[in-house]
Amino acid sequence: MAEAMQIQVNGLPRDCRSGLTVGDLLRELDIKTERVAVELNLEILDRKDFELRSLKAGDRVEILSFIGGGGLVSRERMERGRTDV
Amino acid sequence: MYDDRLVIAGREFKSRLWVGTGKYKDFAETRKAIEVSGADVVTVAVRRVNITDRSKENLLDYIDPKKYTILPNTAGCYTVEDAVRYARLARAAGISDLVKLEVLGDEKTLFPDTAGLIEAARILIKEGFIVLPYTNDDPIVAKKLVDIGCPAVMPLAAPIGSGLGIRNPYNLKIIMETVKVPIIVDAGVGTASDAALAMEYGADAVLMNTAIAGAKDPIAMAEAMKYAVHAGRLAHKAGRIPRKLYATASSPIEGML
Repeated sequence: MAEAMQIQVNGLPRDCRSGLTVGDLLRELDIKTERVAVELNLEILDRKDFELRSLKAGDRVEILSFIGGGGLVSRERMERGRTDV
Repeated sequence: MYDDRLVIAGREFKSRLWVGTGKYKDFAETRKAIEVSGADVVTVAVRRVNITDRSKENLLDYIDPKKYTILPNTAGCYTVEDAVRYARLARAAGISDLVKLEVLGDEKTLFPDTAGLIEAARILIKEGFIVLPYTNDDPIVAKKLVDIGCPAVMPLAAPIGSGLGIRNPYNLKIIMETVKVPIIVDAGVGTASDAALAMEYGADAVLMNTAIAGAKDPIAMAEAMKYAVHAGRLAHKAGRIPRKLYATASSPIEGML
C-alpha cells in the first residue's frame, strides 16, 4: 500500500499517496493538461514529462493557466482608484 | 478596401486593434466585446489555476485560440526574474513563443522599468521568444529594444488604465521615425478619438483593455474602437492636409456675379 505524504499545490498543502506523478495529480484535480504549465520546485516541466515525474514529500507544485488580462488591475481596484484628472 | 496587413516576425495580422481580456463582467461579455471589436490578437495573463473550485470556467473555452492570436503577457511582474519566469510559463502552457513583455516599475504608475525590460528582453530573445515589449514613450529605449531583437515595440500612450490618451505625441512620432519595426501603442487610451489619433500619427496598431472593458457599455465601445482604429489608419495612409492659420476657399471664384 502506498504511503501518504504531503506536498504543496499552488500554495496549499495537499495530502496524497507517495509515488504520485504530476499527470496523476492533474487528473485528481480534474485539470486538463492542455494549456497548463506546471512548475515543480521552480523547474518548469515539459508536458511530455508529466507522466514520468513522480512527486515526493515536500514538493512544491505550481499549476498555471491563462486568465483574462491586459493591464494588471482588477475591476475592483479600478473602481477604487477612480479619480478624474 | 485595399489589403493592409500588419506583419510582425513573419506573422500576419488582419486587425490593427489588439485587445486585452481583463476586467470584463464575465467571459460572455469578454467574448462578445472581442468579436465586435474585430481584433484578432488578444492578450491574456498567466496565473495559478483555481484548484479549490474547479467549477470555474476557463477563458480559453470562450476565446478560441484557433481564431485568435493569444498573446500572453507578464503583467504584474516587477522584476526581471519574475517576468522571465512568467514568460517561460506562458510558453510551457503551450500557445506560442510570443510574449508581451512587461516589467513594471511601481504599482502606482505601472510605468515600465525600462532597464529591467531590456535585460529581460535580452534573456528571452536568446531563448527564442518573440518579445513584444511594453515600454515607455522613450525613443532611445525603443531603439535599444529593436537593436537587441524585438520585432515590434509597444510604447504607452499614458499609464495603464488611466484613459488619459496620448500624453506625448511628439515622443511617439520620434519613435515612429527612429525605429523601423511596427509600433503598437499600448495602454492609456480613453476613448475612440485617442485610438484614431494614435493611428493617424502612424502607429501600426493599438492595444487596449480598460478603455473597452471599463466603458459603461463595453460592447458599444468595442465597436467604436474598431471604427476609430480603421478610420485613423485610413487617414494616415490618405495623408492629411497641412494645418494653416487662414482660410482657403473651397468653392471657385469664377462664375460669380
